Amino acid sequence: MKKIVLMNKEAVARSITRLCHEILEKNVNSKDIVLIGIHNRGVPLAQRIQSKVNEMIGVQLERGSLDITFHRDDFRERLVVPEVKGTDISFTLNDKVVILVDDVLYSGRTVRAALDELNSFGRASMVQLAVLVDRGHRELPIKADYIGKNIPTHEGEHVNVTLEETDDIDSVLLIREKE
Amino acid sequence: MLEQKHLLGLEGYPGKDIQTIIDTAFNFREVLDRPIKKVPSLQGVTIVNLFFENSTRTRISFELAQKRLSADTVNFSASSSSLKKGESFKDTSQNIEAMKIDAVVMRHPTPGSPKHLTNFIDSVIINAGDGTHEHPTQAILDMMSLYEKFGKLKGLRIGIVGDIMHSRVALSNIHGLKTMGAKVTLCGPPNLIPEHINDLGVSYSNNLDEVIEWADALNVLRIQKERMGRGLVPSTREYRSFFGITSDRIKNHKKEIVIMHPGPMNRGVEIDGSVADGDQTIILDQVLNGVASRMSILYLLCGGKTVEGV
Amino acid sequence: MGLEKISKNVLLKGGTIVDPYHNKTYKADIWLKNGDIFDIGNFDIPSSSDIIDCTGKVVTHGFCDLHVHFREPGREDKETIKTGSIAGMAGGFTRVCVMPNTNPPLDSPESVNFIMKKAQECPIHIHPIGAVTKGQDGRNLTEMGLMYQEGAVAFSDDGIPIQDGAMMRIALEYSKLIDVPVINHAEDECLRAEGVMNEGKISTRLGLPGNPDLAESSMVHRDLELADFTGAKIHVPHVSSAKAVDLIRKMKQQNDNVTAEVTPHHIFFNEEDLITYDTNLKVAPPIRSEIDRMALISAAKDGTIDCIATDHAPHTVEDKETTFDLASFGMIGLESCFGVVNKVLCKESNMNLIDLICLLTMQPRNLMGFDSDLFCKGSSAEITIIDAEEDWIFSKEHIKSKSINSPYIGKKLIGKIKYTISKSHIYKNS
Repeated sequence: MKKIVLMNKEAVARSITRLCHEILEKNVNSKDIVLIGIHNRGVPLAQRIQSKVNEMIGVQLERGSLDITFHRDDFRERLVVPEVKGTDISFTLNDKVVILVDDVLYSGRTVRAALDELNSFGRASMVQLAVLVDRGHRELPIKADYIGKNIPTHEGEHVNVTLEETDDIDSVLLIREKE
Repeated sequence: MLEQKHLLGLEGYPGKDIQTIIDTAFNFREVLDRPIKKVPSLQGVTIVNLFFENSTRTRISFELAQKRLSADTVNFSASSSSLKKGESFKDTSQNIEAMKIDAVVMRHPTPGSPKHLTNFIDSVIINAGDGTHEHPTQAILDMMSLYEKFGKLKGLRIGIVGDIMHSRVALSNIHGLKTMGAKVTLCGPPNLIPEHINDLGVSYSNNLDEVIEWADALNVLRIQKERMGRGLVPSTREYRSFFGITSDRIKNHKKEIVIMHPGPMNRGVEIDGSVADGDQTIILDQVLNGVASRMSILYLLCGGKTVEGV
Repeated sequence: MGLEKISKNVLLKGGTIVDPYHNKTYKADIWLKNGDIFDIGNFDIPSSSDIIDCTGKVVTHGFCDLHVHFREPGREDKETIKTGSIAGMAGGFTRVCVMPNTNPPLDSPESVNFIMKKAQECPIHIHPIGAVTKGQDGRNLTEMGLMYQEGAVAFSDDGIPIQDGAMMRIALEYSKLIDVPVINHAEDECLRAEGVMNEGKISTRLGLPGNPDLAESSMVHRDLELADFTGAKIHVPHVSSAKAVDLIRKMKQQNDNVTAEVTPHHIFFNEEDLITYDTNLKVAPPIRSEIDRMALISAAKDGTIDCIATDHAPHTVEDKETTFDLASFGMIGLESCFGVVNKVLCKESNMNLIDLICLLTMQPRNLMGFDSDLFCKGSSAEITIIDAEEDWIFSKEHIKSKSINSPYIGKKLIGKIKYTISKSHIYKNS
C-alpha cells in the first residue's frame, strides 16, 4: 500500500476559503443560506465554512448536521451494527438555500440519501453541494456545485481526507492498494 | 449485528446489545421530533403483528414504529382469526410464513409461544409479551426512559411494585436491569411474589415506604382488576392502603423519586391520579420511548442480514 | 426383524441367564418348544431348531409394566391395544396393565371384558385396571367385584385424582372384598391449580404456572393414612417428589400393603430440561428438581420404590405440537424404558443389573399377584434378551407406538432390548 499526500494543511485551508468565496458569489442573499454537514467529516468542514464566512462578511450562517445512516440503500447487505452519530437540524429548511457539505464525492449515494433525508425537515428553495474532493466514479446523476479539488482516481485507488477535528491532522491522501 | 436473531426475552440477553438498542433508540427519538417523522430504513420489509391477545397500546406502538421505518405491516388478531375455527398454532404460523414475511411481532397468552414459533418459521420473531413470561420491548423502553432520566443504569436502585407473579413486565425488567448493573427490589403482597424469585438476584420487601426511601425510581405495575376478589387481593382499598402510590405517601417522603408505569393505569388503585399527572412521573416519556425503542429493535433485527449460520 | 410366530424348536444359546425369582445369574441355554420352556441347561443342537445366539447378552424374564395407556376404546388414532403390544415388545415387555381412562372409561364388567377379548389376539399379556368410580366421576363406586371377576387386576381413576377423602376411604375399604390394590393419581387439584410444570426457579423463569410438590405429597400422605386405617392395598403411581418418597418410606416400615412405582422420565430428566418449553416433557405429575430426581433414584435403590412403570401415554403430534398450556400431558415410554433406567440406575447410580431387573419383572408381578417364577420347565415363555452395554441414540425409527411424543429422541441411552418372547411369538429389534 502506498500513500501520496495530495493536499497539506495549507492547501486544505486555501480550498475552504475558495469554497466560501464561490458560495457567497453564487448566493447573493447570504441570510437564506444554511450549512448542513454530512457525518462524519462534512460536519467539521461545515463548521469551518461557517467561521470563515463569518470572518469574511460578518454573518453567522445557520448550521446543522446530517446522519444518513437510516437512509442508506445498502443497510440490509451490511453485517455490522451501523454507528449512528445522529442528525441535528434544529430549524426548518423551508425556503432556505441548503448547502450540503461533505469531504469526498464518489458514487453519489451518500448525497442521494442526504437529499432524501433533507425532505423530512422542510422544503428548501434550493439545495447545493460543496465537497472538498471530487474523485469521480459516480453511480448516480449527481454533481457538486463547489469543489475544493478534482482528483481523478483509478481502480485500486482511494482518497482519504483527514481533519484536525476528527483525525488530528489536515490532509488529503491518495492511497494505492498495490504498486 | 445483534448477537441473537430474535428478541424472545431479556433473560441471558447480552448487555452490549441492550446498550446498542438503547443508543440507537435515542437516534430514533430525534427522527420522531422531525416535521416528517419517517425514514426509509425498512423499505420492502414486511412485518406481521400477530396478536393472540388484546393489547391496543403495544400493538399501536409497534405499528407506528414499523410505519416510521417504512416497513409494510399486516395485523392479525385472534378475535378475527381462524384460531377460533380450531386451526392449530402451527398451521397459523406456517400460513403466515408462506406469505413471505420478514418478521413477526407476537403477543400470545402462553409463556414460551414465541420460542415455539421459532420451531416453525424462519422469520425474525419479536416477543410482544408471552403470558406471564416476558415482555422484552417494554423492559427496554423502561430502561431507555431510566437512561434518559439518569444518564446511566449501572448502580440505579429500582423498585418494582405490584403483582410480580402475574407480570411479564416485572420479569423482563428484572433480567434487563440486572444485566445492566442496576439493583432491583420487588414490593407487593407476599402471595403475588413468586416463591423462587430470589434466585433471580433481586430483593423483596413488603413495606412500600422502605422501598420508596431506598429507590431512585419506582416501576408501578398495573394491578389486574380480575385479581381482586379471586382471593389474591382482598379489596381495592386494602391494596391501595398497603401498595398504592398515593399522593400522601409521596408527599410524606419528601424525596425525589421517578415514577414509571407501563400502562394502562388504574387511577386510584395502584397509583393516584395526582401522582400520575405529577412532575415526578415519566409515564408519557415511556410511551414516546416505546415507539423509539421499538424502531430501534426492528431496525437492528430486520435491517441487516445475520451472519451466516447464526 | 419385527414380530414372528415362534417355530417348533428354538434354542437361546450362550446367554447369561438372570433369574430374579431365584436371585441367580448363570450361563445356560434355554430350549423352547412350541413357545414353552422345554429345558434350561447346555444342549446339543437338534438339527430342526432355530438358534438365537445370546453370547454376551442377558436372558431374563419378560418385563411387566403396571401403568400404560393404550387408548382403546376411544382414541385408536393415538394407540390401540395391538400397536401398544408391539411397542411393549420393542421395549422388552411381555405383560402390561392398561389404565381405564379410555373413552368410555373401563368402569363396567362389560368394558373390562372388551379389553380381555382384545388382549387375546395380542402377543403380550394385557390386564385391565378398572375405574374406581363410574365415569371416573369421583363419586359413585364401580362394580369392582364383577369387574374383578371379568379380569380387572387393580382399580384406579388414573389421570383424575380422587379428591374426596371419604370416597377414597370407601374405595379402599371395598377393595378388601377382592384384595387388589387401589391406585390413586396423587395430586391435590386445588394446590395443583393451573400448574403445568414443577413450581420452582425454572417455572418462575419461564413464566409457566407451577405445580408444587406439595400437591403430590399432601395427597400421598392422605392416601397412606387411609390405607393404613382401612388395611387395604394401596399403590402409589409415578412418584415424583422427594417429599412423597419420604412419606412412602416411613409408611412402609409399618405397613406391607403399601407399594409405589417410579417412571423412567422422572429419574432421567429434571425441571431444567423444560427450559426449551419442550411439550414432550409436559407430564403429570411434573418432572421436578434435581433434588427430587436424586431422591427417586435412592428410593429405587433402597426398596422404597417397588417397580418401574412407564406411564406410556401416546398423544398425536397435534396434541403436542402446540403451545405449552394447550399441549396434552404425557409421553410414550415403552420402547426407551430399559435404555433409560439402565443408564440412570445401573451406569450412573451403581445399581446391580439384577436389582434393576427385579424392578421391571418380579416385583411388579408380585404386587399384582401375577406368577413371577417364570423360568420353569413347561411354562409359557416370557423372556427378554438384552444387550445391557450397548450405547445407542434413541430415534424415531425405534418407536413402534402409533404416537411419537418422546423427549428421548436424540438422547444417548445405554442397554438395548434385542429379542422379546411372549405368547409363542418372538419380536426382534433391528
